Amino acid sequence: MRNADDWLALLHQVPDPEIPVLNVVEMGIVRNVEVVQNCVEVKITPTYMGCPAMDAIADDIRAQLTPLASEEGRALKVELVYAPAWTTDWLSEAAKDKLEAYGIAPPGKTTDKRALSGETPTVRCPKCKSETTELVSLFGSTACKAHYRCNDCSEPFDHFKCI
Amino acid sequence: MNARFEYLLRLGDDALILGQQLGLWTGHGPVLEEDIALTNIGLDQIGQARAWLTLAGRAENDQRDEDALAFHRDQSEFRNAQLCERPNGHFGDTIVRQFLFDAYAVPLHAALSQSNDAEIAAIARKSAKESVYHLRHSSAWMVRLGDGTEESHAKVQESLDVLLPFAGDLFHSDAVARTAATEGWGVDPANLREAWEHHLVQTLTEAGLKRPEPAPEQCGGRIGRHTEGLSFLLAEMQVLPRTYPDAKW
Repeated sequence: MRNADDWLALLHQVPDPEIPVLNVVEMGIVRNVEVVQNCVEVKITPTYMGCPAMDAIADDIRAQLTPLASEEGRALKVELVYAPAWTTDWLSEAAKDKLEAYGIAPPGKTTDKRALSGETPTVRCPKCKSETTELVSLFGSTACKAHYRCNDCSEPFDHFKCI
Repeated sequence: MNARFEYLLRLGDDALILGQQLGLWTGHGPVLEEDIALTNIGLDQIGQARAWLTLAGRAENDQRDEDALAFHRDQSEFRNAQLCERPNGHFGDTIVRQFLFDAYAVPLHAALSQSNDAEIAAIARKSAKESVYHLRHSSAWMVRLGDGTEESHAKVQESLDVLLPFAGDLFHSDAVARTAATEGWGVDPANLREAWEHHLVQTLTEAGLKRPEPAPEQCGGRIGRHTEGLSFLLAEMQVLPRTYPDAKW
């Protein structure tokens, strides 16, 4: 019989549907895993309230874990929670490195509130590493990203908004 | 009257109607970036609407879920502020509508984050991060259009003149709002006006826009009195689930 840690390890194999280079645990979407009697309970939280990937993420988790839970005679429950609110602080340094290698400029620290108050933070081009970049649009290809351009190598890229 | 249900409907309907309107910009934005921005904001609003309406459904003993509330109510049962149902118009109209709403949503979500109800506080804290970002976007456009060309200035000034009186609903206080505030799970919107005014005056000054002469405020959305625009919007939004009530994707 698997314990909560075993289930968490299995969740590391579920990729984020929008950013497949990270899994749902690295993204900070999985908040808690518990085995309660005959049920494996997974709590997930959205990056943004309207994130359209949440249903797909819940489906992916069910598809991968339900058969394994059934083998043990257990049910699998995926529950959506809003508190505590998701923050980019939950992305590990390793996850941020993966994002950059994938072509997405990773977020800074949320203690740095400049992104919210209107000042533009320094964002490094994921391709040529130049810091001479500019904000093209506050909103990028998904709710969690903003759109930037590198003034040195001209690369257009996404920046993971710091929240 | 179930004050909690009524109050949550107001929160949910504002977000739902505004989100639906912003979704109509898909493929019609003046530039690609704004097309994406408006629909991104719309998506946040729909996400907030889902959370509020789910909670509203629970407040009336699980009689209706978020979909039943969104798709199977008639116009007079909607509790959104009239501002939210004003037509998209041109880009300047949409920006002014959004700006007036965002400047209200920021202090609203901040205040609701202190709610003594854990579920309301959780949704508010989550939404607060989003509304701050939305306000930054709409305020920047107010300045850009107001302080832009002669034409953009004239257009956005006209939008402001027309839309400002519709902000009345946002701060309308009644028994429901006072119950929410007294019991500590909600806020009386009348108390949010000062923060809204402050941001409004600051942005209009920066944008070189003139505050229109005080006009009678439009109220009624909170008790189900709506303008013509909402019926067209609901017709389009609800036609599928009403025609095929049990349809599944």
